[in-house]
Amino acid sequence: MGERPRSMAFSPATNLGPATGLSCRECGHVRELGPFYACEECFGPLEISYDFGAITRADIEAGPRNIWRYRGLLPVPENVAETPNTEPGLTRLVRADQLAEELGLQRLWVKDDSGNPTHSFKDRVVAVALAAARELGFKVLACPSTGNLANAVAAAAARAGIRSAVFVPSNLESQKIITTAVYGGTFVTVDGNYDDVNRLASEIAGEQEDWAFVNVNVRPYYAEGSKTLGYEIAEQLGWRLPDQIVVPVASGSQLTKIDKAFQELIKLGLVEDKPYKVYGAQAAGCDPVATAFKNGWDVFRPVKPDTIAKSLAIGNPADGTYVLDVVRRTGGAVEDVTDEQVVEGIRLLARTEGIFGETAGGVTVGVLRKLVESGRLDPGAETVIINSGDGLKTLDAVAPVVAPTANIAPSLEAFRAAGIA
Amino acid sequence: MSTVSVRIPTILRTYTGGEAEVKAEGDTLRAVVADLEANYSGISARILDDNGKIRRFVNVYVGDEDVRFADGLDTPTPAGTQVSIIPAVAGG
Repeated sequence: MGERPRSMAFSPATNLGPATGLSCRECGHVRELGPFYACEECFGPLEISYDFGAITRADIEAGPRNIWRYRGLLPVPENVAETPNTEPGLTRLVRADQLAEELGLQRLWVKDDSGNPTHSFKDRVVAVALAAARELGFKVLACPSTGNLANAVAAAAARAGIRSAVFVPSNLESQKIITTAVYGGTFVTVDGNYDDVNRLASEIAGEQEDWAFVNVNVRPYYAEGSKTLGYEIAEQLGWRLPDQIVVPVASGSQLTKIDKAFQELIKLGLVEDKPYKVYGAQAAGCDPVATAFKNGWDVFRPVKPDTIAKSLAIGNPADGTYVLDVVRRTGGAVEDVTDEQVVEGIRLLARTEGIFGETAGGVTVGVLRKLVESGRLDPGAETVIINSGDGLKTLDAVAPVVAPTANIAPSLEAFRAAGIA
Repeated sequence: MSTVSVRIPTILRTYTGGEAEVKAEGDTLRAVVADLEANYSGISARILDDNGKIRRFVNVYVGDEDVRFADGLDTPTPAGTQVSIIPAVAGG
């Protein structure tokens, strides 16, 4: 949005790879690439337009073992992998037979994005935002965050040797506070919820012209990073799309970009065209999109979040309306689960597959279960779920309900007496 | 009639001659927007849609409150209130 000072102006030397311009999702108004995020006509979100040219599976497979193998599909320069970055992506796609059996599913996969450098999918979006921010001449990498993004921005800025400025709600899990502070950037806790912090960041972005708030003023570039989740799932399945996918919904960007990735792969001929269903997962304590879906509304009503799933606690989700569009177009649904079910979901995934997901993962597993039990998800169809972050960041969620089996003296007698053989 | 301070987003500063913050008069948000229009012609149509409602991708705050949680355009704007207009497509 807006114009930058002349010294920061978009330079003709700026290289954003296959990106060609920005267009408004709402009114279609088109403008040049630059540090803009809201349509100057209607305030609608701007999306990157591309000219991809020809891209083959072999080109991608020959690329780096991280998201830069898809650089030809992202708004980043061709040599993006050569500048210091956290090299996220290509996380494992885990065949989850035991979880599938527990839920009565035929074939289930978990895309485990806790394996990223700062243990959440946010490393993907931040890496793309960092590359674009460099090209656009920004000097500081900043964000409002519910925690995972804070980790990713602070780490990426440290790695890139630039300043970070991170703003989070002060009631965040202590694990996420520590794992941001350790990187040594400017780190501010704000007495308010995420939506308050988000508002503050938008106002600061209007003052600090050389700060790239990754999810505010460079959001069109940033959001494209989530497409790599979709590309990877397709490639890891042997260049095909799943039948169904369940994605956690905070702002809704991840879900809409996975769908965008699938559509691009179809158009480029990299996968066979086939129908697939996209499902969204929310926590009952912050369920504006699920509520809109269930009521048949086109537009959601913002809520004030109250849930342990803090990484999903966005009461006014920027892409909530587009989530409704994708889910309805593909025949999916948006469902929500209680905090109790979130904790059960975390434990179920850990117990059956050895994957310790954060609360957002618990939301997704809980919603998967609810969708299967209510007959809205086909148990015979191939399903992928996203675990977007690491359970080590949300220990408080499970700390009250998990404990050692026994505490014994260091003797064989004590072991025998405990009855745990 | 109360005087309030309105924070203008970068995208609308072309209407305010580059000013990031302007004064406006009005006892409700609706009146404030009308007063802005009187001084900065064209700005109202950027904030409100053709039906006169706040655009879907605009968030307006009176004080700390998102007016969607209050009374929308009928939200009272007492003297000295800070009004903020912010693009909604942010975050997450």
